Amino acid sequence: MWLRISAIVMRFFFLHRRSVARVMEIFFWPVMNLIVWGFVTAYLKELALPKTVLFLLGAVILWDVLYRSQQGITLAITEEFWVKNIINIFISPISIGEFLAAICIVGLIKSVVTTIVLGFLAFFFYRFNLLSAGPGLVLFLGNLLLFGWAVGLFTMALIFRYGRAAEALIWGVPFLIQPFSAVFYPVSVLPFWLQKVAYLLPSTYVFEGMRQVLATGVVDLSMLGISFGLNLVYLLLGSLYFSWMLRKVREMGYLSRFHLE
Amino acid sequence: MQQDSTNKSTTDAITEVSQLTKRFNSLTALDSLSFKVCRGDILGLLGPNGAGKTTAIHCMLGLVTPTSGSIRIMGLDIARHRRKILARVNFSSAYTALPSNLTVRENLNVFARLYGLKSARVRIDSLLELFEIEATNDSLTGSLSSGQLTRLNLCKAFLNDPEILFLDEPTASLDPDIAAKVRDRLQELQRQRGLTMIYTSHNMQEVEQMCDRVIFLAKGRIVMQGSPAEIIKQSRSRSLEDLFISIARNGHLYQTVDNQEGEPCGSG
Repeated sequence: MWLRISAIVMRFFFLHRRSVARVMEIFFWPVMNLIVWGFVTAYLKELALPKTVLFLLGAVILWDVLYRSQQGITLAITEEFWVKNIINIFISPISIGEFLAAICIVGLIKSVVTTIVLGFLAFFFYRFNLLSAGPGLVLFLGNLLLFGWAVGLFTMALIFRYGRAAEALIWGVPFLIQPFSAVFYPVSVLPFWLQKVAYLLPSTYVFEGMRQVLATGVVDLSMLGISFGLNLVYLLLGSLYFSWMLRKVREMGYLSRFHLE
Repeated sequence: MQQDSTNKSTTDAITEVSQLTKRFNSLTALDSLSFKVCRGDILGLLGPNGAGKTTAIHCMLGLVTPTSGSIRIMGLDIARHRRKILARVNFSSAYTALPSNLTVRENLNVFARLYGLKSARVRIDSLLELFEIEATNDSLTGSLSSGQLTRLNLCKAFLNDPEILFLDEPTASLDPDIAAKVRDRLQELQRQRGLTMIYTSHNMQEVEQMCDRVIFLAKGRIVMQGSPAEIIKQSRSRSLEDLFISIARNGHLYQTVDNQEGEPCGSG
């Protein structure tokens, strides 16, 4: 099992090792984002709103964990469509579970690398210390990573079903979630009915928790617990939806047509 | 290269397709297809575009779920034992590719792991040499010529020492010289190892040279089957190519071959 999982991880390591475009995709957008929000932060500091400043930079970095995690797995599968390798993978003895595990590891590696780089840059340029969130940071990151995988499973299922026509979802789906996750503002600013929606998303609890830690230094474990519980539900639903869609795709013969697209 | 590890005789049916039907909405791609493939045989699946050749192969590889019917490969039902079967077969097609940003050796290393080979260096070296592309070892796959790519695909297909090799138009994009070399290598490997091959091609001369038996499909039905010589005689055609053209133009006039059992293996 590990040999097959390592094969897929190795395949993406080889790909990124010599592809400037792929490496840029991991670093370019997050760094640009950080620079923009860093200057916004500098401006807000002049207005003497230090707490708000911390929230924004923390939000930028944590949001990228969710985004990279989702991207890591959806781009991995789409890459196989692009290079017409999907049939070669699916006629090998790798199981779907092993394949998903492998691309989740790829997503994890991308998220960790991006977070380290952003954390370093935020400290170096803006004196924002991500580690000031304390050990709870690991729980925040873990929950966002899990939610990124769950969202990735739903996105991937749609890509399998609709092929290249659905590729825009890779980049679009996370931004469908962002306004309701209260990334850059507290849930309380949302209209009442949207607050109900927000609390159905695991990411909301993480961003609310992050603001609380940065403001008071206290980690609300109950919020992180709810987030983890919701993540388990979404991961289960995502896996079931992906498996169902893959079965439909085999029935409809789409798997054998992808190489012709 | 490892020899066939099973103790079955060479006259076993290694693949049994029974009443295989595949419908895509109103289109019937395969219509009650039944045939057997004997161990060590090269079977040609022939027919015009849209006849159902690729769909049949993809059903046998578990990429497409049949609407009805059954497929048994090495005695195992593909619907229930897909991964066990896939570990013992392989596939090469002119229409699939290996990642172009990886080198030849990187690609083969990845697939060697997928097929459970921990240390594949010797196997990869011998396959690259066998298909005469050892000089491309460190080249990016995207920089290879179509002939080299086809041979790289075949190296991938032989990594797990398959008992059955599915080949979908393997020589489609090759010049006659390279195509002849590829055919020679495949025949050599088939003779050495008793490999079974299921082969599609639009090159009828190649089919006559390679295949022990052919099945002609038209609109998802079997309209003719037997050895190339037998069906040329039976159809009173001058060649397989003439027969192909006749079936492509008038497939609807050909009756479905009713052969649910298929010929027993070893009868030829």
